[in-house]
Amino acid sequence: MTVRVRLPVHLRRLARVDGEVTVEVPGEVTTDAVLGALERRYPVLRGTIRDAATGRRRAYVRYFACEQDLSHEEPDSPLPARVADGSEPFLVVGAMAGG
Amino acid sequence: MTGVRVLVGTRKGAFVLTADGTRDNWEVSGPHFGGWEVYHVAGSPADPDRLYASQSTSWFGQLIQRSDDGGRTWNAVGKDFTYEGDPGTHQYYDGTPVPWEFKRVWHLEPSLTDPDLVYAGIEDAGLYRSADGGGSWQELPGLREHSTGDTWQPGAGGLCLHTIMQHPTDPQRLYIAISAAGAFRTDDGAKTWKAINRGLVSDGIPDPDAEVGHCVHRLAMHPARPDTLFMQKHWDVMRSDDGGDNWREISGNLPSDFGFPIAVHAHEPETVFVVPITSDSEHYPPQGRLRVYRSRTGGDEWEPLTAGLPQEHCYVNVLRDAMAIDTLDDCGVYFGTTGGQVYLSPDSGDTWSPIVSNLPAVLSVEVQTL
Repeated sequence: MTVRVRLPVHLRRLARVDGEVTVEVPGEVTTDAVLGALERRYPVLRGTIRDAATGRRRAYVRYFACEQDLSHEEPDSPLPARVADGSEPFLVVGAMAGG
Repeated sequence: MTGVRVLVGTRKGAFVLTADGTRDNWEVSGPHFGGWEVYHVAGSPADPDRLYASQSTSWFGQLIQRSDDGGRTWNAVGKDFTYEGDPGTHQYYDGTPVPWEFKRVWHLEPSLTDPDLVYAGIEDAGLYRSADGGGSWQELPGLREHSTGDTWQPGAGGLCLHTIMQHPTDPQRLYIAISAAGAFRTDDGAKTWKAINRGLVSDGIPDPDAEVGHCVHRLAMHPARPDTLFMQKHWDVMRSDDGGDNWREISGNLPSDFGFPIAVHAHEPETVFVVPITSDSEHYPPQGRLRVYRSRTGGDEWEPLTAGLPQEHCYVNVLRDAMAIDTLDDCGVYFGTTGGQVYLSPDSGDTWSPIVSNLPAVLSVEVQTL
């Protein structure tokens, strides 16, 4: 499946991309699967969104999609169908803190 | 010598300041990695176009950037700082055990001879080495495995390994310092380490002969005299003439012996610079007057250097990695402040002027003499 991903500006600069990116996700579209595809395509992002060793989401990062906060969903549970079919993006968001 | 390049790390990015040998007119490039904390930028003595930068935020973690063209372009390299084996615990502020946990890279120290070899000092205190230009990092675990390692406690800024100094001719000897464990020396290429804190006295430690637990803020050394070390401790300015085995206080007539950076003149091994700060709870200059103090006697006797520095209403700090020395014939001294100024003295401290005045808070300053 082709999934749209919207990254915060710091990660867009790191990955050297503008606007949304798309990634090909084999199999079921879950948070882990999307982030895995993203990290394979942009290795510099490995460790910036989730811990490289444990896979745990970094404390100041949230996941949104379809007007929902999915940050606390199981990372291997399916994302909404509208993310999986590409009609809505999966948002990686830097928490509003400090600055 | 054709010029100088000043590498500035700040709370919101890195800046590269360049000038010819007159140091009159400066070109400012940056921010590089805008919005990210850059704890340190360092250049290779063996290849001045090879730079390394430590880039991090609480949001997205740690990156290491490398430039092969003097800071014009950068590429992210390796950032895996995994401890060797099971690191166990050290102590939290209250003395309870806490697991070792990587937080950030404080300091990068490129090899004197090999552009691809670079050391990194991290929080929680660990020493790492890359032999492939930062592509991969391996811990040198002998330091953390020192017999006292499980007793180390953080300073206010964290349990950070902030100073790495290489002996100019003996690659087996390194000096490092950790807040608040103290100073350590290896003579076997980082396999084993000796705590070198004899003579340090710290109010926060009940045992006056404590081997570790001292909040060393910074070490400095002149390459012509690698057995003579200078130290700015939390309180006290100290000196050793035997490679750190024994220290004596040289605070002398300083208005305060609290401070962070310390540096040695490029051509005068007995000329030392410090920036006194009021106290551990008041991190700004005494009386709101920004004064660098210079000793031309290797310590004990200090003179204030004020020409060109603000002498009223100045409440900035100068952090431990934010002072540097160039090696031009007229030795240049540089420091950056938490107020975003980078000052230069082109005459060994006699007169000062700002190169830039409104950067983000400066975390580190290094200078390359090109």
